[in-house]
Amino acid sequence: MTKEPVAVVGIGQTAHVAARRDVSLAGLVREAAQRALDDAGLAWADIDAVVLGKAPDFFEGVMMPELYLADALGAVGKPMLRVHTAGSVGGSTALVAANLVAARVHRTVLTLAFEKQSESNAMWGLSLPIPFQQPLLAGAGGFFAPHIRAYMRRSGAPGTIGSLVAYKDRRNALKNPYAHLHEQDLTLEKVQSSPMLWDPIRYSETCPSSDGACAMILADRAGAARSPHPPAWVHGGAMRSEPTLFAGKDFVSPQAGKDCAADVYRQAGITDPRREIDAVEMYVPFSWYEPMWLENLGFAAEGEGWKLTESGATELDGDLPVNPSGGVLSTNPIGASGMLRFAEAALQVRGRAGAHQVDGARRALGHAYGGGAQFFSMWLVGAEPPV
Amino acid sequence: MPDPMREVAVVAFGQSDHVRDSAETSEVEMLMPVLHDVLGQAGLKARDIGFTCSGSSDYLAGRAFSFTMALDGVGAWPPIAESHVETDGAWALYEAWVKILTGEADTALVYAYGKSSPGDVREVLTRQLDPYYVAPLWPDSVALAALQAQALIDAGHTDERELARIAARSRTAAADNPHAQLTGSVPAGDYLVAPLRAGDCPPVSDGAAAVVLAAGDTARRLTDRPAWIRGIDHRIEAHSLGVRDLAASPSTRLAAERAGYFEHPVDTAELHAPFTSQEVVLRRALDLDGADTQVVVNPSGGALAANPVMAAGLIRIGEAADRIRRGASDRALAHATSGPCLQQNLVAVLEGES
Repeated sequence: MTKEPVAVVGIGQTAHVAARRDVSLAGLVREAAQRALDDAGLAWADIDAVVLGKAPDFFEGVMMPELYLADALGAVGKPMLRVHTAGSVGGSTALVAANLVAARVHRTVLTLAFEKQSESNAMWGLSLPIPFQQPLLAGAGGFFAPHIRAYMRRSGAPGTIGSLVAYKDRRNALKNPYAHLHEQDLTLEKVQSSPMLWDPIRYSETCPSSDGACAMILADRAGAARSPHPPAWVHGGAMRSEPTLFAGKDFVSPQAGKDCAADVYRQAGITDPRREIDAVEMYVPFSWYEPMWLENLGFAAEGEGWKLTESGATELDGDLPVNPSGGVLSTNPIGASGMLRFAEAALQVRGRAGAHQVDGARRALGHAYGGGAQFFSMWLVGAEPPV
Repeated sequence: MPDPMREVAVVAFGQSDHVRDSAETSEVEMLMPVLHDVLGQAGLKARDIGFTCSGSSDYLAGRAFSFTMALDGVGAWPPIAESHVETDGAWALYEAWVKILTGEADTALVYAYGKSSPGDVREVLTRQLDPYYVAPLWPDSVALAALQAQALIDAGHTDERELARIAARSRTAAADNPHAQLTGSVPAGDYLVAPLRAGDCPPVSDGAAAVVLAAGDTARRLTDRPAWIRGIDHRIEAHSLGVRDLAASPSTRLAAERAGYFEHPVDTAELHAPFTSQEVVLRRALDLDGADTQVVVNPSGGALAANPVMAAGLIRIGEAADRIRRGASDRALAHATSGPCLQQNLVAVLEGES
């Protein structure tokens, strides 16, 4: 028996801000879930199972918060599964939920990811204490800056590329009412003169720390047929992992990312991603990761990704729009950031992305990564059902 | 539940010796021998595995992303299809079961580990509670279990003598389990939190476990008598203890119904009941105390004999599967729990091929 096709029939997200002091953790997730249900035209009773994801529990100081959130997510009496795969978790969570439908275990699944980073300090939450790690790094930026340096040296990219990405994503965010950062008067010069945090990463080339949640309703063919709005169809999805550190690891373009993309493209019948994919929502927490992932995901040859960025191809009106929502650089509730990428890709092919809609988007890629550039999750969604 | 798309079986199970304190051993070092054991049993190399899924908790390890280092134990190179649940490994097994059903994998490696020794696990588990109304009061896991035990006694469902018998039966059974931590004659001891005595409570354990799953003919090829997962389901209850009947476990019963448990009698039940009183709750939910039932409960000694948090539920599935694989059982129930006072429960029904 073949897999059941999986459709995204509902999407909801909260407004993302530095601190949602107006809601509890339960209130935050409930807001996103209710919006997804409204979008799908469904009620809580229609949901068969809930799959929840978030990044480290230390960010809120609640161990296994799915237990406490069971009531708020209408999960009482239902299966509730908690996923945690580091920064890629939002994407992985969506894939675990999709598999429940694909395997015909359930017909309608609510999947949700969140982070309420204002409850703690994410940077120090990610700085491991001795004896787990040498006291050399501060936060994720400290970990990734040397790998960006390696990319710059290897590709010969001009030092300004990062600022182009940041300026583009922050302007895209102005078209996304849910985005955290709305910097109306940002200029390229301001990005380029913002304080240096982790050389070569400047303040304006860094993701914010956000409170927010994202939810999706996934359904089988029958559910898609009842959907009041056009669904997005899952054409391929995959996860890949590799160890944090080992001799021969390529931090600039990890093999796990290449393998994951290849698996997704194979499932979706994609042979030329640059031509066949209309929009990309990729996980770019630091500006330079746009050109790096463009290469890792096969949109550009090795060492050539920065040229795509420089040419304007990744702008909202370019031929390969990247992060039309404003991306992680504009909104980063860490555990939800991967699911936001997946959901924004789905919004594009449903034609429901509003002011940041890419004209005529039929196929879009959602991408997330986490840990020490070692966990990858991706899906490819389309406006048409898979063949 | 609907007819599953594929048959899936447990073909190998391994666990560490569970100990009070493994300070000299890292999680990876604890895990490695167990992973080698199960892969060896199945005659597989790490690269033969189609999907890997693990269960663990950052709060036990005391650091964020604690599961990332465990990947070193797996040797995830070339890169592997892999996922992780922040809860007991029984739910990792569930995720892997779903993955195999989709046809995207024919085999899966599932592992779980927990080291409770670095912290005070009673205190740590208070962080699972409602962060606004309950966690600030720091009610620990033994106190909450005692609340449940008292509710059970008040309802006339058990008494302290029966609880003592459950403790004794479990530790006696564990004498045959080389991995168990607390075996033989264990004194009931003083009240830890009345009505629970030290003997009613699980030991504090460090340990790891792993399972290999395989589909259809692959499973038949890898082992003589696969333990087929005929049904598996899990359900959660409300979090607030005040809105639950602590003497009942409707989520266990519903999961068991969905897993097909009530359709045919089982001969073995491995229950994840860290406290003696919780076994009483589960027996009631699963009708294990009927006059005509001859079910062997927790022949491994259960969580009362070794309780590596985050692995103890997966171990129940592994122990039940091992009994089937060696012909000591034809149909067994395995149960895992998560959260305070049995809030979330998973039931799997395993069978040998007749």
